[in-house]
Amino acid sequence: MHVLFEPGFFTDGPVRLALVLGGAVAVVSGLVGVLTVVRGQSFAGHALADIGAAGGSGAFLLGVNPLWGFVVLGLAAAGSMELMGLQRARSRDVATGIVLGAALGLAALFLYLDASYTSTTGVTTTVLFGSIFAVSGSIVPVAAAFAGVAALAVVVLFRPLLLASVNPELAAARGVGVRMVGLAYLLAMAVAVSLSCLTIGAILSTALLIGPAGAALRLTRRPGRAMAVSAALGVAAVWLGILLSYDSYYWPPAGRGWPVSFFVVALVFLFYLASSLRSPRHGHRRGAR
Amino acid sequence: MPPVPARGAQVLSVEGVHVWLSGREVLHDVGFEVRAGEFTGLIGPNGAGKTTLLRVILGLEPPAQGRVIVGGGPGATSEGAGPGRTAERVGYVPQKVVVDPDLPLRARDLVSLGLDGHRLGIPLRNRGRRQKVDAMLEAVDAGRLADARIGTLSGGELQRVLIAHALVSDPALLLLDEPLANLDLRSEHEVVALLARLTGERGVAVLLSAHDMNPLLPVMDRIVYLAAGRAASGGTDEVVREEVLSELYGHQVDVLHVRDRILVVAGPHGPREADQAAGLPEPPGRTRSRGV
Ligand SMILES: Nc1ncnc2c1ncn2[C@@H]1O[C@H](COP(=O)(O)OP(=O)(O)OP(=O)(O)O)[C@@H](O)[C@H]1O
Ligand SMILES: [Mg+2]
Repeated sequence: MHVLFEPGFFTDGPVRLALVLGGAVAVVSGLVGVLTVVRGQSFAGHALADIGAAGGSGAFLLGVNPLWGFVVLGLAAAGSMELMGLQRARSRDVATGIVLGAALGLAALFLYLDASYTSTTGVTTTVLFGSIFAVSGSIVPVAAAFAGVAALAVVVLFRPLLLASVNPELAAARGVGVRMVGLAYLLAMAVAVSLSCLTIGAILSTALLIGPAGAALRLTRRPGRAMAVSAALGVAAVWLGILLSYDSYYWPPAGRGWPVSFFVVALVFLFYLASSLRSPRHGHRRGAR
Repeated sequence: MPPVPARGAQVLSVEGVHVWLSGREVLHDVGFEVRAGEFTGLIGPNGAGKTTLLRVILGLEPPAQGRVIVGGGPGATSEGAGPGRTAERVGYVPQKVVVDPDLPLRARDLVSLGLDGHRLGIPLRNRGRRQKVDAMLEAVDAGRLADARIGTLSGGELQRVLIAHALVSDPALLLLDEPLANLDLRSEHEVVALLARLTGERGVAVLLSAHDMNPLLPVMDRIVYLAAGRAASGGTDEVVREEVLSELYGHQVDVLHVRDRILVVAGPHGPREADQAAGLPEPPGRTRSRGV
Protein backbone atom coordinates (compact mmCIF):
# COMPACT_ATOMS: atom_id res chain seq x y z
CA MET A 1 0.00 0.00 0.00
CA HIS A 2 1.50 3.36 -0.94
CA VAL A 3 0.26 6.85 -0.16
CA LEU A 4 -0.33 9.49 -2.81
CA PHE A 5 2.73 11.45 -1.71
CA GLU A 6 5.27 8.88 -2.74
CA PRO A 7 8.49 9.08 -0.74
CA GLY A 8 10.90 11.10 -2.83
CA PHE A 9 8.20 13.16 -4.56
CA PHE A 10 9.49 16.47 -3.27
CA THR A 11 13.16 15.58 -3.42
CA ASP A 12 13.14 14.29 -6.98
CA GLY A 13 14.89 16.87 -9.20
CA PRO A 14 12.69 16.67 -12.32
CA VAL A 15 9.57 16.71 -10.15
CA ARG A 16 10.64 19.84 -8.35
CA LEU A 17 11.48 21.47 -11.64
CA ALA A 18 8.10 20.42 -13.01
CA LEU A 19 6.26 21.84 -9.99
CA VAL A 20 8.01 25.19 -10.28
CA LEU A 21 7.75 25.53 -14.03
CA GLY A 22 4.21 24.11 -14.18
CA GLY A 23 3.09 26.45 -11.41
CA ALA A 24 4.51 29.50 -13.14
CA VAL A 25 2.98 28.52 -16.46
CA ALA A 26 -0.40 27.91 -14.84
CA VAL A 27 -0.35 31.33 -13.21
CA VAL A 28 0.44 33.09 -16.49
CA SER A 29 -2.11 31.11 -18.46
CA GLY A 30 -4.70 31.77 -15.78
CA LEU A 31 -4.14 35.53 -15.79
CA VAL A 32 -3.95 35.85 -19.56
CA GLY A 33 -6.83 33.41 -20.09
CA VAL A 34 -9.42 35.52 -18.28
CA LEU A 35 -8.88 38.33 -20.75
CA THR A 36 -8.83 35.83 -23.63
CA VAL A 37 -12.30 34.67 -22.66
CA VAL A 38 -13.57 38.18 -21.91
CA ARG A 39 -12.30 39.47 -25.24
CA GLY A 40 -13.70 36.48 -27.15
CA GLN A 41 -10.29 35.45 -28.47
CA SER A 42 -10.35 31.76 -27.55
CA PHE A 43 -10.10 30.74 -31.18
CA ALA A 44 -7.07 32.98 -31.72
CA GLY A 45 -5.54 31.31 -28.65
CA HIS A 46 -6.11 27.91 -30.19
CA ALA A 47 -4.61 29.05 -33.49
CA LEU A 48 -1.52 30.28 -31.64
CA ALA A 49 -1.18 26.87 -30.02
CA ASP A 50 -1.23 25.08 -33.38
CA ILE A 51 1.26 27.59 -34.73
CA GLY A 52 3.33 26.72 -31.66
CA ALA A 53 3.35 23.08 -32.80
CA ALA A 54 5.00 24.15 -36.05
CA GLY A 55 7.49 26.29 -34.10
CA GLY A 56 8.35 23.57 -31.62
CA SER A 57 8.89 20.91 -34.25
CA GLY A 58 10.91 23.36 -36.35
CA ALA A 59 13.12 24.08 -33.34
CA PHE A 60 13.96 20.37 -33.05
CA LEU A 61 15.07 20.41 -36.69
CA LEU A 62 17.40 23.29 -35.91
CA GLY A 63 18.59 21.61 -32.77
CA VAL A 64 17.46 24.34 -30.35
CA ASN A 65 15.16 24.11 -27.36
CA PRO A 66 11.53 23.88 -28.49
CA LEU A 67 10.61 26.84 -26.28
CA TRP A 68 12.40 29.12 -28.72
CA GLY A 69 10.39 27.69 -31.58
CA PHE A 70 7.11 28.08 -29.70
CA VAL A 71 7.87 31.66 -28.70
CA VAL A 72 9.37 32.95 -31.94
CA LEU A 73 6.69 31.58 -34.21
CA GLY A 74 3.97 32.48 -31.69
CA LEU A 75 5.05 36.11 -31.47
CA ALA A 76 5.42 36.37 -35.25
CA ALA A 77 1.96 34.90 -35.73
CA ALA A 78 0.43 37.20 -33.10
CA GLY A 79 2.01 40.22 -34.76
CA SER A 80 0.74 39.30 -38.19
CA MET A 81 -2.71 38.44 -36.83
CA GLU A 82 -2.91 41.98 -35.50
CA LEU A 83 -1.70 43.40 -38.81
CA MET A 84 -4.36 41.46 -40.66
CA GLY A 85 -6.91 42.50 -38.07
CA LEU A 86 -7.47 38.87 -37.24
CA GLN A 87 -7.70 39.46 -33.54
CA ARG A 88 -11.16 40.90 -34.02
CA ALA A 89 -11.73 37.22 -34.34
CA ARG A 90 -15.45 36.67 -34.21
CA SER A 91 -15.90 37.89 -37.75
CA ARG A 92 -12.57 36.58 -38.97
CA ASP A 93 -12.81 32.97 -37.91
CA VAL A 94 -12.27 31.82 -41.45
CA ALA A 95 -8.92 33.59 -41.82
CA THR A 96 -7.78 32.38 -38.41
CA GLY A 97 -8.82 28.86 -39.33
CA ILE A 98 -6.85 28.99 -42.56
CA VAL A 99 -3.70 30.21 -40.79
CA LEU A 100 -4.19 27.49 -38.22
CA GLY A 101 -4.53 24.83 -40.93
CA ALA A 102 -1.37 26.02 -42.65
CA ALA A 103 0.52 25.92 -39.36
CA LEU A 104 -0.58 22.36 -38.67
CA GLY A 105 0.52 21.39 -42.18
CA LEU A 106 3.92 22.86 -41.45
CA ALA A 107 4.01 21.00 -38.14
CA ALA A 108 3.23 17.75 -39.96
CA LEU A 109 6.16 18.35 -42.31
CA PHE A 110 8.57 19.30 -39.55
CA LEU A 111 7.58 16.37 -37.37
CA TYR A 112 8.06 14.00 -40.30
CA LEU A 113 11.49 15.48 -41.00
CA ASP A 114 12.36 15.34 -37.30
CA ALA A 115 11.52 11.66 -37.18
CA SER A 116 13.31 10.85 -40.44
CA TYR A 117 16.50 12.89 -40.28
CA THR A 118 17.32 13.47 -36.66
CA SER A 119 18.09 10.90 -34.06
CA THR A 120 15.79 12.48 -31.49
CA THR A 121 13.04 10.11 -30.57
CA GLY A 122 9.64 11.04 -29.29
CA VAL A 123 9.68 14.50 -30.84
CA THR A 124 6.07 14.24 -31.86
CA THR A 125 4.97 13.37 -28.35
CA THR A 126 7.12 16.09 -26.84
CA VAL A 127 5.79 18.82 -29.12
CA LEU A 128 2.16 17.82 -29.17
CA PHE A 129 1.73 16.52 -25.63
CA GLY A 130 4.44 18.27 -23.64
CA SER A 131 7.37 17.09 -21.62
CA ILE A 132 7.16 18.65 -18.23
CA PHE A 133 9.36 15.99 -16.57
CA ALA A 134 11.99 16.24 -19.30
CA VAL A 135 12.36 20.02 -19.51
CA SER A 136 16.02 20.89 -19.46
CA GLY A 137 17.07 22.86 -16.39
CA SER A 138 18.80 25.47 -18.49
CA ILE A 139 15.59 26.63 -20.15
CA VAL A 140 13.77 27.21 -16.86
CA PRO A 141 15.18 30.70 -16.21
CA VAL A 142 14.26 31.68 -19.76
CA ALA A 143 10.75 30.31 -19.32
CA ALA A 144 10.44 32.11 -16.00
CA ALA A 145 11.48 35.39 -17.61
CA PHE A 146 8.92 34.99 -20.39
CA ALA A 147 6.28 34.13 -17.80
CA GLY A 148 7.14 37.22 -15.79
CA VAL A 149 6.92 39.52 -18.79
CA ALA A 150 3.59 38.12 -19.99
CA ALA A 151 2.04 38.28 -16.51
CA LEU A 152 3.30 41.83 -16.05
CA ALA A 153 1.86 42.87 -19.42
CA VAL A 154 -1.69 41.77 -18.58
CA VAL A 155 -1.52 43.23 -15.09
CA VAL A 156 -0.27 46.56 -16.42
CA LEU A 157 -2.78 46.68 -19.27
CA PHE A 158 -5.65 45.32 -17.19
CA ARG A 159 -7.90 48.38 -17.13
CA PRO A 160 -7.47 49.54 -20.74
CA LEU A 161 -8.01 45.95 -21.93
CA LEU A 162 -11.14 45.63 -19.87
CA LEU A 163 -12.57 48.92 -21.09
CA ALA A 164 -11.77 48.06 -24.70
CA SER A 165 -13.55 44.73 -24.27
CA VAL A 166 -16.75 46.56 -23.27
CA ASN A 167 -16.52 48.82 -26.30
CA PRO A 168 -13.43 49.94 -28.23
CA GLU A 169 -14.88 53.41 -28.88
CA LEU A 170 -15.38 53.91 -25.15
CA ALA A 171 -11.71 53.10 -24.55
CA ALA A 172 -10.49 55.22 -27.45
CA ALA A 173 -12.47 58.19 -26.14
CA ARG A 174 -10.63 57.89 -22.84
CA GLY A 175 -7.32 58.13 -24.65
CA VAL A 176 -6.51 54.41 -24.79
CA GLY A 177 -4.51 53.35 -27.86
CA VAL A 178 -6.85 50.45 -28.57
CA ARG A 179 -4.75 48.85 -31.31
CA MET A 180 -1.48 49.04 -29.40
CA VAL A 181 -3.07 47.61 -26.29
CA GLY A 182 -4.66 44.84 -28.35
CA LEU A 183 -1.33 43.99 -29.95
CA ALA A 184 0.47 43.94 -26.60
CA TYR A 185 -2.20 41.62 -25.27
CA LEU A 186 -1.96 39.28 -28.25
CA LEU A 187 1.82 39.05 -27.78
CA ALA A 188 1.32 38.24 -24.09
CA MET A 189 -1.15 35.56 -25.11
CA ALA A 190 1.38 34.12 -27.57
CA VAL A 191 3.95 33.87 -24.78
CA ALA A 192 1.47 32.25 -22.39
CA VAL A 193 0.48 29.72 -25.04
CA SER A 194 4.15 28.99 -25.83
CA LEU A 195 4.91 28.25 -22.20
CA SER A 196 1.88 26.04 -22.04
CA CYS A 197 3.05 24.22 -25.19
CA LEU A 198 6.34 23.50 -23.44
CA THR A 199 4.68 21.95 -20.40
CA ILE A 200 1.49 20.23 -21.47
CA GLY A 201 1.99 20.30 -25.23
CA ALA A 202 0.79 22.30 -28.20
CA ILE A 203 -2.42 20.37 -28.66
CA LEU A 204 -3.50 20.73 -25.05
CA SER A 205 -2.21 24.19 -24.24
CA THR A 206 -5.51 25.91 -24.96
CA ALA A 207 -7.07 23.86 -22.18
CA LEU A 208 -4.87 25.59 -19.63
CA LEU A 209 -5.54 29.00 -21.18
CA ILE A 210 -9.31 28.77 -21.47
CA GLY A 211 -10.39 26.16 -18.93
CA PRO A 212 -9.45 27.73 -15.59
CA ALA A 213 -10.45 31.16 -16.89
CA GLY A 214 -13.83 29.89 -18.05
CA ALA A 215 -14.44 28.25 -14.69
CA ALA A 216 -13.33 31.34 -12.76
CA LEU A 217 -15.65 33.56 -14.77
CA ARG A 218 -18.53 31.36 -13.74
CA LEU A 219 -17.58 31.58 -10.10
CA THR A 220 -17.16 35.33 -9.76
CA ARG A 221 -18.41 38.41 -11.56
CA ARG A 222 -15.44 40.59 -10.74
CA PRO A 223 -12.67 40.66 -13.30
CA GLY A 224 -9.78 41.09 -10.83
CA ARG A 225 -11.04 38.27 -8.66
CA ALA A 226 -11.62 36.09 -11.71
CA MET A 227 -7.95 36.43 -12.62
CA ALA A 228 -6.87 35.33 -9.14
CA VAL A 229 -9.29 32.38 -9.11
CA SER A 230 -8.27 31.37 -12.62
CA ALA A 231 -4.57 31.36 -11.72
CA ALA A 232 -5.30 29.35 -8.57
CA LEU A 233 -7.38 26.77 -10.46
CA GLY A 234 -4.64 26.45 -13.08
CA VAL A 235 -1.97 25.87 -10.46
CA ALA A 236 -4.18 23.35 -8.68
CA ALA A 237 -4.74 21.44 -11.92
CA VAL A 238 -1.07 21.38 -12.84
CA TRP A 239 0.24 20.43 -9.41
CA LEU A 240 -2.42 17.78 -8.86
CA GLY A 241 -1.74 16.52 -12.37
CA ILE A 242 1.96 16.17 -11.64
CA LEU A 243 1.21 14.41 -8.36
CA LEU A 244 -1.22 11.98 -9.98
CA SER A 245 1.12 11.34 -12.87
CA TYR A 246 3.96 10.56 -10.48
CA ASP A 247 1.66 8.28 -8.56
CA SER A 248 0.42 6.55 -11.68
CA TYR A 249 3.65 4.56 -12.00
CA TYR A 250 1.87 2.21 -9.63
CA TRP A 251 -1.28 2.13 -11.77
CA PRO A 252 -1.92 -0.36 -14.56
CA PRO A 253 -0.16 -0.95 -16.85
CA ALA A 254 2.34 -1.19 -14.03
CA GLY A 255 5.59 0.68 -14.29
CA ARG A 256 4.66 2.97 -17.20
CA GLY A 257 3.07 6.04 -15.65
CA TRP A 258 0.31 8.13 -17.24
CA PRO A 259 1.11 11.42 -18.94
CA VAL A 260 0.83 14.63 -16.91
CA SER A 261 -1.01 16.38 -19.72
CA PHE A 262 -3.88 13.96 -19.47
CA PHE A 263 -4.35 14.61 -15.77
CA VAL A 264 -4.05 18.38 -16.14
CA VAL A 265 -6.59 18.56 -18.91
CA ALA A 266 -8.94 16.15 -17.14
CA LEU A 267 -8.76 18.21 -13.94
CA VAL A 268 -9.36 21.46 -15.83
CA PHE A 269 -12.39 19.86 -17.41
CA LEU A 270 -13.69 18.72 -14.02
CA PHE A 271 -13.19 22.21 -12.55
CA TYR A 272 -15.14 23.68 -15.43
CA LEU A 273 -17.96 21.17 -14.99
CA ALA A 274 -18.09 21.85 -11.25
CA SER A 275 -18.17 25.61 -11.82
CA SER A 276 -21.09 25.31 -14.22
CA LEU A 277 -23.13 23.83 -11.41
CA ARG A 278 -22.66 27.06 -9.54
CA SER A 279 -22.87 29.79 -12.12
CA PRO A 280 -23.66 33.30 -10.95
CA ARG A 281 -25.77 33.72 -14.06
CA HIS A 282 -28.39 31.40 -12.65
CA GLY A 283 -30.53 32.22 -9.65
CA HIS A 284 -29.30 35.49 -8.22
CA ARG A 285 -29.08 37.69 -11.26
CA ARG A 286 -28.99 40.97 -9.44
CA GLY A 287 -27.65 42.13 -6.15
CA ALA A 288 -25.56 39.10 -5.16
CA ARG A 289 -21.86 39.21 -5.63
CA MET B 1 -14.33 68.10 -8.47
CA PRO B 2 -12.69 70.40 -11.03
CA PRO B 3 -14.20 73.87 -11.21
CA VAL B 4 -17.50 73.73 -13.01
CA PRO B 5 -17.41 76.19 -15.91
CA ALA B 6 -19.77 79.08 -15.34
CA ARG B 7 -23.05 78.66 -17.13
CA GLY B 8 -22.76 80.20 -20.56
CA ALA B 9 -18.96 79.80 -20.76
CA GLN B 10 -17.92 78.29 -24.04
CA VAL B 11 -16.89 74.64 -23.63
CA LEU B 12 -16.80 73.55 -27.26
CA SER B 13 -16.10 75.40 -30.43
CA VAL B 14 -16.16 73.64 -33.79
CA GLU B 15 -14.78 75.83 -36.56
CA GLY B 16 -15.04 75.17 -40.28
CA VAL B 17 -14.61 71.41 -39.99
CA HIS B 18 -14.37 69.37 -43.18
CA VAL B 19 -14.00 65.57 -43.04
CA TRP B 20 -13.34 63.21 -45.92
CA LEU B 21 -13.80 59.46 -45.51
CA SER B 22 -12.92 57.05 -48.32
CA GLY B 23 -12.78 59.92 -50.82
CA ARG B 24 -16.18 61.33 -49.87
CA GLU B 25 -16.81 64.57 -48.05
CA VAL B 26 -18.80 63.51 -45.02
CA LEU B 27 -18.75 66.84 -43.20
CA HIS B 28 -18.67 70.18 -45.03
CA ASP B 29 -17.74 73.38 -43.26
CA VAL B 30 -19.41 72.51 -39.97
CA GLY B 31 -19.16 75.13 -37.26
CA PHE B 32 -21.01 75.78 -33.99
CA GLU B 33 -20.47 76.42 -30.29
CA VAL B 34 -21.64 74.69 -27.14
CA ARG B 35 -21.88 76.47 -23.81
CA ALA B 36 -21.67 75.24 -20.22
CA GLY B 37 -24.93 74.11 -18.67
CA GLU B 38 -26.66 74.02 -22.04
CA PHE B 39 -28.42 71.16 -23.74
CA THR B 40 -27.63 71.00 -27.44
CA GLY B 41 -29.38 68.59 -29.79
CA LEU B 42 -27.41 67.29 -32.79
CA ILE B 43 -30.26 66.39 -35.10
CA GLY B 44 -30.08 64.76 -38.48
CA PRO B 45 -31.20 61.75 -40.51
CA ASN B 46 -29.24 58.50 -40.84
CA GLY B 47 -25.92 59.06 -42.54
CA ALA B 48 -25.97 62.84 -41.97
CA GLY B 49 -22.60 62.66 -40.23
CA LYS B 50 -23.59 62.82 -36.54
CA THR B 51 -21.29 60.03 -35.38
CA THR B 52 -18.46 61.36 -37.51
CA LEU B 53 -18.84 64.81 -36.00
CA LEU B 54 -18.77 63.45 -32.45
CA ARG B 55 -15.65 61.42 -33.30
CA VAL B 56 -13.98 64.58 -34.57
CA ILE B 57 -14.83 66.38 -31.33
CA LEU B 58 -13.37 63.47 -29.36
CA GLY B 59 -10.20 63.62 -31.37
CA LEU B 60 -10.70 60.18 -32.88
CA GLU B 61 -11.04 61.49 -36.44
CA PRO B 62 -8.75 64.28 -37.65
CA PRO B 63 -10.55 66.88 -39.74
CA ALA B 64 -9.15 67.59 -43.19
CA GLN B 65 -9.69 71.27 -42.51
CA GLY B 66 -10.89 73.31 -39.55
CA ARG B 67 -10.40 72.84 -35.84
CA VAL B 68 -12.07 71.95 -32.57
CA ILE B 69 -11.53 73.67 -29.25
CA VAL B 70 -12.68 71.79 -26.17
CA GLY B 71 -13.03 73.32 -22.73
CA GLY B 72 -10.84 76.23 -23.67
CA GLY B 73 -7.93 73.94 -24.62
CA PRO B 74 -6.92 72.73 -28.06
CA GLY B 75 -8.62 69.64 -29.41
CA ALA B 76 -8.50 68.11 -32.84
CA THR B 77 -7.05 70.10 -35.72
CA SER B 78 -6.19 69.15 -39.26
CA GLU B 79 -2.62 68.57 -37.96
CA GLY B 80 -3.75 65.73 -35.76
CA ALA B 81 -6.51 64.29 -33.65
CA GLY B 82 -5.12 63.16 -30.31
CA PRO B 83 -7.78 61.75 -27.99
CA GLY B 84 -5.37 62.07 -25.06
CA ARG B 85 -5.70 65.82 -25.24
CA THR B 86 -9.44 65.85 -24.79
CA ALA B 87 -10.07 62.63 -22.81
CA GLU B 88 -10.17 64.40 -19.46
CA ARG B 89 -12.59 67.09 -20.58
CA VAL B 90 -15.10 65.08 -22.62
CA GLY B 91 -17.39 62.23 -21.62
CA TYR B 92 -18.71 59.99 -24.39
CA VAL B 93 -21.58 57.54 -24.72
CA PRO B 94 -21.17 55.76 -28.08
CA GLN B 95 -23.96 54.67 -30.37
CA LYS B 96 -25.12 51.03 -30.06
CA VAL B 97 -23.14 49.66 -27.13
CA VAL B 98 -23.83 45.93 -27.04
CA VAL B 99 -22.50 44.05 -24.03
CA ASP B 100 -21.93 40.31 -23.81
CA PRO B 101 -24.07 38.98 -20.93
CA ASP B 102 -21.09 36.96 -19.73
CA LEU B 103 -18.80 39.94 -19.43
CA PRO B 104 -17.65 39.88 -15.79
CA LEU B 105 -18.18 43.55 -15.15
CA ARG B 106 -20.62 45.11 -12.73
CA ALA B 107 -22.17 48.50 -13.27
CA ARG B 108 -19.90 49.95 -10.59
CA ASP B 109 -16.83 48.54 -12.36
CA LEU B 110 -17.81 50.23 -15.61
CA VAL B 111 -18.37 53.54 -13.85
CA SER B 112 -15.04 53.13 -12.09
CA LEU B 113 -13.37 52.62 -15.48
CA GLY B 114 -14.75 56.04 -16.39
CA LEU B 115 -12.41 57.46 -13.75
CA ASP B 116 -9.30 55.46 -14.47
CA GLY B 117 -9.88 53.07 -17.39
CA HIS B 118 -6.96 54.55 -19.27
CA ARG B 119 -4.55 54.04 -16.36
CA LEU B 120 -2.06 51.21 -16.17
CA GLY B 121 -1.80 48.61 -13.43
CA ILE B 122 -4.35 47.10 -11.04
CA PRO B 123 -6.35 49.65 -9.06
CA LEU B 124 -5.88 49.66 -5.32
CA ARG B 125 -8.93 49.71 -3.11
CA ASN B 126 -9.75 53.32 -2.52
CA ARG B 127 -12.64 54.53 -0.45
CA GLY B 128 -12.75 57.94 -2.12
CA ARG B 129 -13.13 56.41 -5.54
CA ARG B 130 -15.75 53.98 -4.35
CA GLN B 131 -17.82 56.76 -2.82
CA LYS B 132 -17.50 58.81 -5.98
CA VAL B 133 -18.70 55.85 -8.08
CA ASP B 134 -21.62 55.16 -5.76
CA ALA B 135 -22.62 58.82 -5.74
CA MET B 136 -22.47 58.93 -9.54
CA LEU B 137 -24.69 55.86 -9.84
CA GLU B 138 -27.15 57.47 -7.44
CA ALA B 139 -27.07 60.66 -9.47
CA VAL B 140 -28.28 58.80 -12.55
CA ASP B 141 -30.88 56.87 -10.50
CA ALA B 142 -28.98 53.60 -10.95
CA GLY B 143 -27.85 53.02 -7.37
CA ARG B 144 -29.73 49.75 -7.16
CA LEU B 145 -27.96 48.45 -10.27
CA ALA B 146 -24.46 48.89 -8.83
CA ASP B 147 -23.77 45.16 -8.48
CA ALA B 148 -25.55 43.91 -11.58
CA ARG B 149 -23.55 42.58 -14.50
CA ILE B 150 -23.72 45.18 -17.25
CA GLY B 151 -24.62 42.54 -19.83
CA THR B 152 -27.85 41.80 -17.97
CA LEU B 153 -29.07 45.41 -17.87
CA SER B 154 -32.01 46.57 -19.96
CA GLY B 155 -31.41 49.19 -22.66
CA GLY B 156 -32.54 52.08 -20.47
CA GLU B 157 -30.57 50.83 -17.45
CA LEU B 158 -27.41 50.39 -19.53
CA GLN B 159 -27.85 53.90 -20.92
CA ARG B 160 -27.91 55.31 -17.39
CA VAL B 161 -24.80 53.38 -16.40
CA LEU B 162 -23.00 54.55 -19.55
CA ILE B 163 -23.96 58.13 -18.70
CA ALA B 164 -22.53 57.60 -15.21
CA HIS B 165 -19.35 56.18 -16.78
CA ALA B 166 -19.02 59.24 -19.00
CA LEU B 167 -19.77 61.76 -16.26
CA VAL B 168 -17.86 60.40 -13.30
CA SER B 169 -14.64 62.15 -14.28
CA ASP B 170 -16.52 65.49 -14.20
CA PRO B 171 -16.03 66.46 -17.84
CA ALA B 172 -17.08 69.88 -19.05
CA LEU B 173 -18.77 68.33 -22.07
CA LEU B 174 -20.86 65.19 -22.43
CA LEU B 175 -21.35 63.69 -25.89
CA LEU B 176 -24.10 61.13 -26.41
CA ASP B 177 -24.58 59.39 -29.75
CA GLU B 178 -28.21 58.37 -30.33
CA PRO B 179 -28.80 57.40 -26.69
CA LEU B 180 -32.56 57.31 -27.25
CA ALA B 181 -32.48 55.01 -30.26
CA ASN B 182 -33.51 51.77 -28.55
CA LEU B 183 -35.58 53.12 -25.72
CA ASP B 184 -39.32 52.94 -25.28
CA LEU B 185 -41.20 56.19 -24.74
CA ARG B 186 -41.00 56.04 -20.98
CA SER B 187 -37.24 55.36 -20.79
CA GLU B 188 -36.70 57.96 -23.48
CA HIS B 189 -38.50 60.53 -21.38
CA GLU B 190 -36.60 59.48 -18.24
CA VAL B 191 -33.18 59.70 -19.90
CA VAL B 192 -33.95 63.12 -21.39
CA ALA B 193 -35.18 64.40 -18.02
CA LEU B 194 -32.08 62.98 -16.33
CA LEU B 195 -29.76 64.72 -18.78
CA ALA B 196 -31.63 68.01 -18.43
CA ARG B 197 -31.29 67.74 -14.65
CA LEU B 198 -27.55 66.99 -14.91
CA THR B 199 -26.91 70.03 -17.06
CA GLY B 200 -28.52 72.14 -14.36
CA GLU B 201 -26.91 70.42 -11.36
CA ARG B 202 -23.41 69.92 -12.69
CA GLY B 203 -23.09 72.68 -15.22
CA VAL B 204 -22.04 70.10 -17.79
CA ALA B 205 -22.76 70.87 -21.43
CA VAL B 206 -24.68 68.10 -23.21
CA LEU B 207 -24.41 67.47 -26.94
CA LEU B 208 -26.82 64.68 -27.84
CA SER B 209 -27.37 63.24 -31.30
CA ALA B 210 -30.78 62.01 -32.40
CA HIS B 211 -32.68 61.50 -35.62
CA ASP B 212 -35.90 62.76 -34.03
CA MET B 213 -35.88 66.16 -32.32
CA ASN B 214 -39.31 65.88 -30.72
CA PRO B 215 -38.34 64.18 -27.44
CA LEU B 216 -35.76 66.92 -26.95
CA LEU B 217 -37.94 69.95 -27.67
CA PRO B 218 -38.79 70.68 -24.02
CA VAL B 219 -35.15 70.67 -22.87
CA MET B 220 -33.08 71.73 -25.86
CA ASP B 221 -31.38 75.13 -25.51
CA ARG B 222 -29.83 74.98 -28.93
CA ILE B 223 -29.98 72.78 -32.00
CA VAL B 224 -27.33 71.76 -34.50
CA TYR B 225 -29.17 70.44 -37.53
CA LEU B 226 -27.07 68.22 -39.75
CA ALA B 227 -28.11 67.09 -43.23
CA ALA B 228 -25.80 65.54 -45.79
CA GLY B 229 -22.75 66.76 -43.92
CA ARG B 230 -23.83 70.41 -43.66
CA ALA B 231 -24.90 72.03 -40.42
CA ALA B 232 -27.12 74.88 -39.28
CA SER B 233 -27.14 75.85 -35.63
CA GLY B 234 -28.95 78.18 -33.28
CA GLY B 235 -32.20 78.21 -31.33
CA THR B 236 -34.81 75.70 -32.45
CA ASP B 237 -37.05 78.45 -33.81
CA GLU B 238 -34.21 79.90 -35.84
CA VAL B 239 -33.03 76.63 -37.36
CA VAL B 240 -36.10 74.48 -37.84
CA ARG B 241 -37.61 76.65 -40.57
CA GLU B 242 -38.42 75.85 -44.14
CA GLU B 243 -35.93 78.25 -45.71
CA VAL B 244 -33.04 77.14 -43.47
CA LEU B 245 -33.63 73.40 -43.85
CA SER B 246 -34.42 73.62 -47.57
CA GLU B 247 -31.06 75.32 -48.03
CA LEU B 248 -29.37 72.60 -45.95
CA TYR B 249 -30.99 69.68 -47.77
CA GLY B 250 -30.62 71.38 -51.12
CA HIS B 251 -34.30 71.02 -52.04
CA GLN B 252 -37.73 72.01 -50.77
CA VAL B 253 -38.49 70.82 -47.25
CA ASP B 254 -41.69 71.52 -45.31
CA VAL B 255 -41.74 72.11 -41.59
CA LEU B 256 -45.10 71.28 -39.99
CA HIS B 257 -46.11 72.08 -36.45
CA VAL B 258 -48.64 69.52 -35.27
CA ARG B 259 -49.72 70.33 -31.75
CA ASP B 260 -46.40 70.44 -29.87
CA ARG B 261 -44.54 68.28 -32.35
CA ILE B 262 -42.45 69.38 -35.28
CA LEU B 263 -42.41 67.33 -38.46
CA VAL B 264 -39.86 67.89 -41.17
CA VAL B 265 -41.32 66.70 -44.46
CA ALA B 266 -39.81 66.48 -47.91
CA GLY B 267 -41.92 66.85 -51.05
CA PRO B 268 -43.67 63.66 -52.26
CA HIS B 269 -40.85 62.90 -54.72
CA GLY B 270 -37.97 64.26 -52.68
CA PRO B 271 -34.72 62.37 -52.56
CA ARG B 272 -34.43 59.42 -50.22
CA GLU B 273 -32.31 61.36 -47.80
CA ALA B 274 -35.11 63.78 -47.14
CA ASP B 275 -37.53 60.95 -46.60
CA GLN B 276 -35.53 60.07 -43.53
CA ALA B 277 -35.57 63.59 -42.23
CA ALA B 278 -36.05 64.11 -38.55
CA GLY B 279 -39.51 63.52 -37.22
CA LEU B 280 -40.91 62.51 -40.58
CA PRO B 281 -44.07 60.41 -40.49
CA GLU B 282 -43.26 57.34 -42.54
CA PRO B 283 -45.23 56.41 -45.65
CA PRO B 284 -48.51 54.53 -45.17
CA GLY B 285 -48.04 50.85 -44.47
CA ARG B 286 -44.78 51.54 -42.67
CA THR B 287 -46.28 53.65 -39.95
CA ARG B 288 -44.36 53.63 -36.73
CA SER B 289 -46.16 54.97 -33.74
CA ARG B 290 -44.19 57.23 -31.48
CA GLY B 291 -46.98 58.38 -29.20
CA VAL B 292 -48.20 61.93 -29.17
N1 LIG C 1 -14.99 54.87 -42.14
C1 LIG C 1 -15.79 55.34 -43.11
N2 LIG C 1 -15.45 55.27 -44.40
C2 LIG C 1 -16.24 55.75 -45.36
N3 LIG C 1 -17.43 56.35 -45.14
C3 LIG C 1 -17.83 56.45 -43.87
C4 LIG C 1 -17.05 55.96 -42.79
N4 LIG C 1 -17.70 56.20 -41.65
C5 LIG C 1 -18.85 56.81 -42.01
N5 LIG C 1 -18.92 56.96 -43.33
C6 LIG C 1 -20.00 57.61 -44.08
O1 LIG C 1 -20.15 58.90 -43.58
C7 LIG C 1 -21.52 59.27 -43.56
C8 LIG C 1 -21.88 59.74 -42.18
O2 LIG C 1 -21.81 58.66 -41.29
P1 LIG C 1 -22.17 58.80 -39.77
O3 LIG C 1 -21.97 57.47 -39.13
O4 LIG C 1 -21.45 59.94 -39.21
O5 LIG C 1 -23.72 59.15 -39.86
P2 LIG C 1 -24.77 59.29 -38.69
O6 LIG C 1 -25.40 60.61 -38.83
O7 LIG C 1 -24.14 58.97 -37.40
O8 LIG C 1 -25.83 58.17 -39.07
P3 LIG C 1 -26.75 57.25 -38.13
O9 LIG C 1 -27.92 58.06 -37.73
O10 LIG C 1 -27.15 56.14 -39.03
O11 LIG C 1 -25.90 56.80 -37.00
C9 LIG C 1 -22.30 58.04 -44.00
O12 LIG C 1 -22.68 58.22 -45.33
C10 LIG C 1 -21.32 56.93 -43.87
O13 LIG C 1 -21.54 55.95 -44.86
MG1 LIG D 1 -24.36 57.51 -36.02
